[in-house]
Amino acid sequence: MSVKATVAGLAITTVAAYMLFTGDGEQFNVGEFLLQTTPYMWACMGIGACIGLSVCGAAWGIFVTGTSIIGGGVKAPRIRTKNLISIIFCEVVAIYGVIMSIVFSSKLTLVQGDGLYTPQNYYTGYALFWAGITVGLCNMVCGVAVGITGSTAAVADAANPSLFVKILVIEIFGSVLGLFGLIVGLLMAGKAYDFK
Amino acid sequence: MEGLYFNINTGYLDALIRGYRNGLLSSANYINLTQCESLEDVKLQLSATEYSTFLSNVGGQLSTSIISQHATGKLIEEYQYFRSQAVEPLTTLMDYISYGYMIDNMALLITGTLHERDTHELLDRCHPLGWFDTMPALCVATSIDELYNLVLVDTPLAKFFRETVTAADLDDLNIEIIRNSLYKSYLEDFYEWAGKQESPTRENLQSLLEFEADRRIINIALNSFGSELTPEHRLALFPQFGSVWETAAKQLARADDFDQARIAIESVGIYKSLFDSSGGQSIEDHFYRREMELCKAVFTQQFSYAVIWAWLKAREQEIRNITWISECIAQNQKERIQNFISVF
Repeated sequence: MSVKATVAGLAITTVAAYMLFTGDGEQFNVGEFLLQTTPYMWACMGIGACIGLSVCGAAWGIFVTGTSIIGGGVKAPRIRTKNLISIIFCEVVAIYGVIMSIVFSSKLTLVQGDGLYTPQNYYTGYALFWAGITVGLCNMVCGVAVGITGSTAAVADAANPSLFVKILVIEIFGSVLGLFGLIVGLLMAGKAYDFK
Repeated sequence: MEGLYFNINTGYLDALIRGYRNGLLSSANYINLTQCESLEDVKLQLSATEYSTFLSNVGGQLSTSIISQHATGKLIEEYQYFRSQAVEPLTTLMDYISYGYMIDNMALLITGTLHERDTHELLDRCHPLGWFDTMPALCVATSIDELYNLVLVDTPLAKFFRETVTAADLDDLNIEIIRNSLYKSYLEDFYEWAGKQESPTRENLQSLLEFEADRRIINIALNSFGSELTPEHRLALFPQFGSVWETAAKQLARADDFDQARIAIESVGIYKSLFDSSGGQSIEDHFYRREMELCKAVFTQQFSYAVIWAWLKAREQEIRNITWISECIAQNQKERIQNFISVF
């Protein structure tokens, strides 16, 4: 690992030094890069991260819960229907992602020519990007949290049915985390206008 | 973090083992069992539990040994099923668990051969979990060199076999020394492996192993009064971890009678009540009870590989309990029937 890091560092230094000493140092320009990148890219990456991360979180939660329900259901088949609610809680996280992606993508309208590079459009692009990341990460963590709690709920329910409701309350608190991300994402993207 | 990845490979097995744990006999079951008048009643009571049909194929007169044999058979069957489902690192853990039985089997076979018992009878009495292919060959070994070079070198036990034993011939004392030094290196190796695992597995396994080490140290100390073992020799047989090793090992190794050992052991907080026999309990009973409490505690944490070991120990204790209760019923010793250990 450290060898790879050293080689990569050396390569980057060589290229940077070459560019610097041959008078091309200004080609590496962050501000230029941000100005030239089309706001559509930021917007679409935000939308993609939003749905992608949400679905990953939901899937992660479902497999953590699902394996425990299957195993617990062998000796206590009564838990199988009741514990589907944990799966639904995980699924809801993916639905949050879908809703937010739809809200974000409604702001995508076609703008042709140089009219695209206005401050307002830049703002829309960045707002959608970071709102997407916020919602996606929140939902991912929420999915994992609900999944692990759901797995505990399944195991506890198999051992003692009276524990199910108690753990379900904890699970609901976990699933609210995704809702927080959704609200903040809505606020962030709410101030951005459509592309025009 | 273990919650993120544990269920990928072991989620099903973990929940399944917990399901089996819920099927362990509860104290209400035991109360019913102690009310039985005959072994047929015991069979009837057990048929209402997890054991349901395990005796259904047995015709004729029931005996305690038949009940315990069938109960062990059922345990082995379930354990093999878990084994077939397991992937790393659970398989390594299950291998480690079986090494302990292998060492016991080895000692049993060599001792039996020494006393000229029938080989087949001995092989039948070996624990199935500790079976290895070259086991029957153990019966021909006459010296320690032979034992190592012919038989053990091909088994997983080879790495535990240190050149600590110099005596050339096998007699009762030497077999016991070999067994204990093998067990010592086995436990230390197991402990080291457990230390490399992720958090809840590590703590759970180490608490079980520390208890195991304490039990061995105390047993070695209590059984070596008046033998030709010097204190240094005894100290060398003690596994080097656990609470007894840390506090009282040197004192224990020097102890030459029961009272000295007792003072040394009682200086370790958790074993203060070990010699309390007010309820008619032996030291062994205290150990079993503590072991069961540790096993019960292991089940309070999720995402830990140690549950398989805790379940195995709990089931073995359950079989001992059933055997004890049926033995008491068969021999009409009702006054001692309460001496079983139930924590679930």
